[in-house]
Amino acid sequence: MNIGLQHYLVASAALFSLGLFGIIFRRNLIVIFMCLELMLNASNLTLVAFSRFTQHIDGQIFVFFTITVAAAEVAVGLALVVAIFRIKGNGKTESLKELKF
Amino acid sequence: MESLLFWFFTFGMLLGGIGVIANRNPIASALSLVISICFLAGLYLLLNAFFLAAIQIIVYAGAVMVLFLFIVMLLDLRAEAKRPFRWGAFFVAFVVAVLFFVAIARVTHSMKDRFVAAPFGNSDNITAIGNLLFTRYLLPFEVTSLLLLVAMIGAILLSKKELK
Repeated sequence: MNIGLQHYLVASAALFSLGLFGIIFRRNLIVIFMCLELMLNASNLTLVAFSRFTQHIDGQIFVFFTITVAAAEVAVGLALVVAIFRIKGNGKTESLKELKF
Repeated sequence: MESLLFWFFTFGMLLGGIGVIANRNPIASALSLVISICFLAGLYLLLNAFFLAAIQIIVYAGAVMVLFLFIVMLLDLRAEAKRPFRWGAFFVAFVVAVLFFVAIARVTHSMKDRFVAAPFGNSDNITAIGNLLFTRYLLPFEVTSLLLLVAMIGAILLSKKELK
């Protein structure tokens, strides 16, 4: 069986859906953050797949930048999580309801 | 051979993803994420992206996951394991995720056999990436350094003791 572009795209969509499921289902801030990483990785896989199947290397440059931004995002995000833990005493999303209407 | 490797890496990646959301212990979730990321690096190898596969292992499985594990072990998360299962949230999340997946899968079906893959493993990938990165994408590359500086300052400010 020949592996085409659509196989990679469906695999990427499955990984993205898993991340989406986790973000809605889980209530722990750190686990939600990990699911966010899953979704970022799924979009990276899409870019790399298109990069091979359209014979442009530009998609890989985009993924390079995405990985850089993701590293910066994780540093800031985890600092935020630690700050929330220090103020609230736990990492549940239920305890963040100051803006709730 | 290539299709066999594709299925192997894809199932490993998806099993790792399921492990992230199914484990109640955040440390086990983080380790499942490492597994998922390593298998994804294997998929990058299949897609001729050798440089990105190396970067994926070094940056994600190395730096980012160490940061995650460090924070998980720093904070006390034992209450997480004792909470009841929430059926309502499970069904909402399941329906949304399945609808999203079906929508994307239907769209990608129309791309069947419209693109031809580049031959496997012939290109000097790192040379091409370096050439592009220092010519056409030079400005974004330099701006990235500013982004990393801002992120560093933000992380230091947020983790100061007297947070207002």
